[in-house]
Amino acid sequence: MTRIVLQGGTIVDSRGEYDGDVAIENGRVVEVGENLRGDDVIDATGCIVAPGFVDLHAHLREPGKEEAETIETGSRAGAKGGYTALVAMPNTDPPQDSVAVIDFVREQGKRAGLVEVVPSGCITLGRRGEALAPMAELAAAGVRIFTDDGSGVQDELLMRRAMEYGKGLGITLAQHCEVASLTKGAVMNECQCCTSLGLPGWPSIAEELMVYRDIELARLTGARVHFLHLSTARSVELVRAAKHDGLPVTAEVTPHHLSLDETRLTTFDTVYKVNPPLRSPRDIAALRAGVLDGTIDALATDHAPHPRRDKELALDQAPPGMLGLETALGVALGVLQIDVAHLVRVMSINPARIAGIEDRHGRDIEPGAPANLVVFDPHATWQVVPEALASKSRNTPYVGMTMRGRVRHTLFNGAFTVRDGEAQR
Amino acid sequence: MKHLRSIDELGSDGLLRLLDLTNHMVEVNRRPVPKVPALRGRTVVSLFFEDSTRTRLSFETAAKRLSADTMTFSVSTSSVNKGESLRDTVETITDMGVDAFVVRHKSTGIPWQISDWTTASVVNAGDGWHQHPTQALVDCFTVREALGKERFDGLTITIVGDIKHSRVARSNVAAFSMLGANVVLVAPPTLLPPDVSHWPVEVSYRLDDVLARTDILYMLRLQSERMSQGHVPNLREYAETYGLDALRVAKLPPHAVIMHPGPMNRGVEMLIDPSALPNSLIHKQVANGVSVRMAVLFDLLAGESTAANLQQVAT
Repeated sequence: MTRIVLQGGTIVDSRGEYDGDVAIENGRVVEVGENLRGDDVIDATGCIVAPGFVDLHAHLREPGKEEAETIETGSRAGAKGGYTALVAMPNTDPPQDSVAVIDFVREQGKRAGLVEVVPSGCITLGRRGEALAPMAELAAAGVRIFTDDGSGVQDELLMRRAMEYGKGLGITLAQHCEVASLTKGAVMNECQCCTSLGLPGWPSIAEELMVYRDIELARLTGARVHFLHLSTARSVELVRAAKHDGLPVTAEVTPHHLSLDETRLTTFDTVYKVNPPLRSPRDIAALRAGVLDGTIDALATDHAPHPRRDKELALDQAPPGMLGLETALGVALGVLQIDVAHLVRVMSINPARIAGIEDRHGRDIEPGAPANLVVFDPHATWQVVPEALASKSRNTPYVGMTMRGRVRHTLFNGAFTVRDGEAQR
Repeated sequence: MKHLRSIDELGSDGLLRLLDLTNHMVEVNRRPVPKVPALRGRTVVSLFFEDSTRTRLSFETAAKRLSADTMTFSVSTSSVNKGESLRDTVETITDMGVDAFVVRHKSTGIPWQISDWTTASVVNAGDGWHQHPTQALVDCFTVREALGKERFDGLTITIVGDIKHSRVARSNVAAFSMLGANVVLVAPPTLLPPDVSHWPVEVSYRLDDVLARTDILYMLRLQSERMSQGHVPNLREYAETYGLDALRVAKLPPHAVIMHPGPMNRGVEMLIDPSALPNSLIHKQVANGVSVRMAVLFDLLAGESTAANLQQVAT
């Protein structure tokens, strides 16, 4: 069996930063130390060796919209972005509200073999917000995180029941916070910009009301709640206060909400249409502060591929969403004054824990740990060329931008999925 | 000028240029045979995805009076109904060799998207709630003509009604203020956009408070669907609070003029027969529509040799 050695890098995990070589055999880390020998020695000088990234929020589009992405192409995009696990969002067609679909998604992930595809389950049947999905069945099939992502559960009683029922299953409920009656037809943030563009606004309060509601429901029920893609300053404040009260809530933010503001829409380029919408510079500052002070636990991409023809519709008709997996690291390093140890916490350790896969992802790099690892150069720069992306779609808002921070290698269960920046399969 | 998509893009120099050029077109339209060869051999396509009477007809008339060839794209008979994307449609028409698209669409931004897909000029004939620049040009020209003023410094223009959903309001706020007017918006808060603090306007919720200092009263159409969306409780209440009746006309200064972009909702925002108003500019707005759109098409399509072509228009 080949013994891989990652040599001369800086190891970063929950214990901090330290220099050392990492030896890998049979899918696991077998040795960490100095001057290790091996059959396949990789020079990691100047690079960070960290547990592979975990994305809590990837739309892989399969089954149902394979024109936009498949589990294989999405997995490849993930591997190129340094990810070893992707939580697959359930708004597929059919949706992930039955064991059959959950099994299908997981099996397709195994077939691709590039990352661990972790299916999330729907909270409600068909994501219709009317009746609970068979959560116990899905939990028995291994689902640890439930969400109706794309829409929030509007009905208070149903959400309360989901939390109470979910608590008995030990699972986490992830909410897309959006009070639908306040965002009908909305295209962009409700702001001065939308006033001038004459575009229907998506007011911040539509998110914040549901964040507040679910914090209070979590207080009532004791259920674990995760807030998806928070986008407003007030949402961050609400979560900060809830954590201060010791409530079991966690939160994520996307790279695009940390980097792009509402004025992008003045170009009328539908690539900037996303849900929740790009917000104000003030919100961006609060989200960044929330990441740095630990209020926000995770960076999650909300990777949302769409085929060209869908994004060529009018702004009010085009589907929301943008690519994220291959640019997340570069955006994070570009916009956050973040030390690498904290970056690894928000991109790997914390999301692995929230997804319930901390036994195999986001682990400390020590003998016995599954070799799910990323090796990246935090200083290397590269340019975003849509044609070079592994995703099947091209809807990245970062076209032509220079990113700092490049994934050199990704190892999934001890095998290279990306080596020298190239996908291996 | 390559495109006319918004008043902000046009800028105040462009606005003044087009208004001056319109004077020449008015002269052409007064001739026994109101037709000049300025755009002979040029093709103008009207691409209307929304119903329109006056805008579409005035553009087509304008193009014909300048001797351009015209094509009309009608959504109901087109391949759009066979699932062809807007981009494919635009590229197909571009391939036929056209010089300008005149576009109306219910969605904001479509003229910008189309200009990415074609080499032809794009004229915005109304996009969503966003912009309707030729209406603003028509209105500015009409005010100029009626008041005999080049600029609007010192004039108070009060725009009344559904500002939030109005592309006419957005274009006119920009154009009127570029020409120096003091613009007052009057509407219930539900029919104002979320945040107008950066617009060069005053806001009032009470029409009766501003009538006495209004020089130009600009009434907007209230669409009946606003009621079902909860913007106003009912049309009767709106009419009572914001509709123009004889009492309100009497509160205006004697020199004040009244405008409306049409189509009017009689019994809602217009409670008085506009033809009974001695100081209504509503018919002039329609009449000037052709001359303004001639100026726009001429400026876009003959712009490179404007001076020479102007001679051609003038003779």
